[in-house]
Amino acid sequence: MVHLAVALDGAGWHPAAWREPDARPDELFHPRYWGDLATEAERGLLDFVTIEDSFGPGPDRTDRVRGRLDAVLIASRVAPLTRHLGFVPTAIATHTEPFHLSKAIATLDYVSQGRAGVRVRIASDPADARHFGRREFPVPLPDLAEEAGDWVEVVRRLWDSWEDDAEIRDAATGRFVDRDKLHYIDFTGRFFGVKGPSITPRPPQGQPPVAVLSHVPEIHRLAARAADLVFLTPHDTGQAGALARELGDLLVFADVEVVLDETEQAARDRRARLDDLAEHSSDALVFTGTPAQLADHLLAWRDAGLSGFRLRPAALPHDLTAITRALVPELQQRGAFRREYESTTLRGLLGLDRPVSRYAGATR
Amino acid sequence: MKQIHLAAHFPGVNNTTVWSDPRAGSHIEFSSFVHLARTAERAKFDFFFLAEGLRLREHAGRIYDLDVVGRPDTFTVLAALAAVTGRLGLTGTINSTFNEPYEVARQFASLDHLSEGRAGWNVVTSWDAFTGENFRRGGYLPEDQRYQRAKLFLQAASELFDSWDGGAVVADKPSGTFLRDARAGAFEHHDAQFDIAGRFTVPRSPQGRPVILQAGDSEEGREFAAATADAIFTRHGTLDAGRKFYADVKRRLPAYGREPHQLLVLPAATFVLGDTDAEAEELAGIVRYQQVSGQTAIKFLEQVWNRDLSGFDPEGPLPDVEPVTGTQLAKGRAQTRMYRDPVETVRQWRELAEAKNLSIRDLVVEVSGRQTFVGSPSSVAEAINTYVQEDASDGFILVPHITPGGLDEFADKVVPLLQDRGVFRTEYSGTTLRDHLGIDRSADVAAAERKAR
Ligand SMILES: Cc1cc2nc3c(=O)[nH]c(=O)nc-3n(C[C@H](O)[C@H](O)[C@H](O)COP(=O)(O)O)c2cc1C
Repeated sequence: MVHLAVALDGAGWHPAAWREPDARPDELFHPRYWGDLATEAERGLLDFVTIEDSFGPGPDRTDRVRGRLDAVLIASRVAPLTRHLGFVPTAIATHTEPFHLSKAIATLDYVSQGRAGVRVRIASDPADARHFGRREFPVPLPDLAEEAGDWVEVVRRLWDSWEDDAEIRDAATGRFVDRDKLHYIDFTGRFFGVKGPSITPRPPQGQPPVAVLSHVPEIHRLAARAADLVFLTPHDTGQAGALARELGDLLVFADVEVVLDETEQAARDRRARLDDLAEHSSDALVFTGTPAQLADHLLAWRDAGLSGFRLRPAALPHDLTAITRALVPELQQRGAFRREYESTTLRGLLGLDRPVSRYAGATR
Repeated sequence: MKQIHLAAHFPGVNNTTVWSDPRAGSHIEFSSFVHLARTAERAKFDFFFLAEGLRLREHAGRIYDLDVVGRPDTFTVLAALAAVTGRLGLTGTINSTFNEPYEVARQFASLDHLSEGRAGWNVVTSWDAFTGENFRRGGYLPEDQRYQRAKLFLQAASELFDSWDGGAVVADKPSGTFLRDARAGAFEHHDAQFDIAGRFTVPRSPQGRPVILQAGDSEEGREFAAATADAIFTRHGTLDAGRKFYADVKRRLPAYGREPHQLLVLPAATFVLGDTDAEAEELAGIVRYQQVSGQTAIKFLEQVWNRDLSGFDPEGPLPDVEPVTGTQLAKGRAQTRMYRDPVETVRQWRELAEAKNLSIRDLVVEVSGRQTFVGSPSSVAEAINTYVQEDASDGFILVPHITPGGLDEFADKVVPLLQDRGVFRTEYSGTTLRDHLGIDRSADVAAAERKAR
């Protein structure tokens, strides 16, 4: 079995995607658009969708999609429209308060009844920092990575800061909570200190899964320290296997951008059409071909040691629909993908147990 | 006749929410939020309202355990409620001390898009270093800087909301023009609190800006509201106090070039309904004693006495020991600010208890707030309408004492009576929160701000 996720971003990952015939560029900021994408992903029994985010302004030009909504809020807005799909919005650790994000992801977990995760991102661009005006930039990557690691540590401690059974409603003693099951996290690091506990009770999953996209050793180390799930960008099977061995304590997903059509020629033609309209370079492998060819490719990488894939549709909704309606049946036929959802939580879909709070039993 | 504005406050972390009643449900499960929001929308309320507190309350150095504890993240739960409601405004309390304008503006603008124009922001300042210990800023903003930061925060956020014009996104496929102007969202803001510049990422939202509410009773708070808010959230239990406050804040508006209808006065209100007035009175008494358990009464006195009173019997007379002044026993509780002269407060309470022969618990029930509206549905409808028609308010933010069904009876029995009187809508006439509140898109706010500067 493979795990399959789809990375949602604007009109798709190709900068010309918004000009495709079925693209809906005038709806990119409308909840209907995101609701349609999420329900389509669920129709394909996908494990989860990620939603990209950035505080950055993007390029100063008029021919590209510009503007984006807060990813956590998009996820929260569409989660109630689905029942099984996981939601992994991007949160930017560099300029945000871990206290705020911890309760936001916990709340996403409540509104989705156990289907929240978070992808943690670093913002190294001085342009992003100027939006906050609080600190000197640039900051060296190792420091940003260490800060993001602390950030995740705080977020996770806050999730654990309420034991699961902290709310007791004991009318006899008049106590709503058992304060012995609420814990100060007392985090003090180089970049910030946070007292705790959270204002939000422990989320349904206990610890929503944390994901990191990594290209470089510093971020590999951050992933190893802080994440449950890592997105990598191998370009061939050998590299995929090597990365899987290096980060094998985590769930290792390969990011692959996809241009999918019924025939290889149609896919190539569409790719050429998109490339003609806008130059495109990608950190990830860009796969152009048929769903059956993609299935071959994914299964080869799975055999090399990967747990799953985060597919980036070059154009939305076209390549998402090709995934859900053609790739998924193809994988199912090969016995490599679920035929129905086996769990109602994201941890369950990913095969992760629900952990007990690290503080359980700490102060008794 | 004036039209009444009504909002639903999700009951939660405060000393009025009854959790011991068998009908009391979860304060954190999403289904509870859905229930209250759908009830409010069924009753054609203007908006749903969430308060906020960013640190668990403490008493004598330990987490306070007698009230409801725990609440969701404001933005996240409001965004999810946008999926299960269609017209109801979605208003959240977000403080200006432990946040940054770029991030908050982005969240509100996103919420406004995702709710198709239903976002509202109750701007509060929060006050203590105790809460600050949960944040990077880490700290305490001196009292005299809180409103300065709040004002500048709102000003900066407003510039961000306005940084895209409504027609910036062209999205014309044939010509390949997505944006009309490559620099959409450009901003630059420098003042005593913020030194920020760059490009805002959210295109202009359906309302342009969220509706702005302000909560804060001081002279400065009122002035801030008069200058910038669409509505002021307050607490005024009596008709007379309400009329005084109402006249006071509306009088402040002309200085900012604004008219009385541009700042709505919306006090918090509680209610208890019965088939008859007598039955409602009786129920209200029961609710009061549900709200104030013996243990709660002792802790309440400890906040004022500022010392351990656990040895006293809640059903017995007031403690015969004197209050202690100095560091506050209770942290993160708004109430403590109401009793700034403990010696005098204790003297008054002793007199009251003596005169009425009250036990500790009776005394606390007597002095710690009471239901604003108690009566049969028709008495309550009448009273609410009187407050509004006599200019003690423009409506109310109703706080049920029980979750999540605490508004059901009000929606079913009181709202129809208000509708019969022609003072409350029977259908939504618009789609945005600004439409419901009858306030302009934001041109007036912008004009006022220019004047205030
Ligand atoms: C009716 C009312 C409701 C308030 N609700 C909140 C709240 O939910 N969260 C919060 O942090 N502060 C809240 N506040 C506190 C105010 O924002 C403000 O910090 C406080 O009242 C002190 O300002 P003041 O001296 O002008 O009253 C509220 C105040 C009032 C009057």
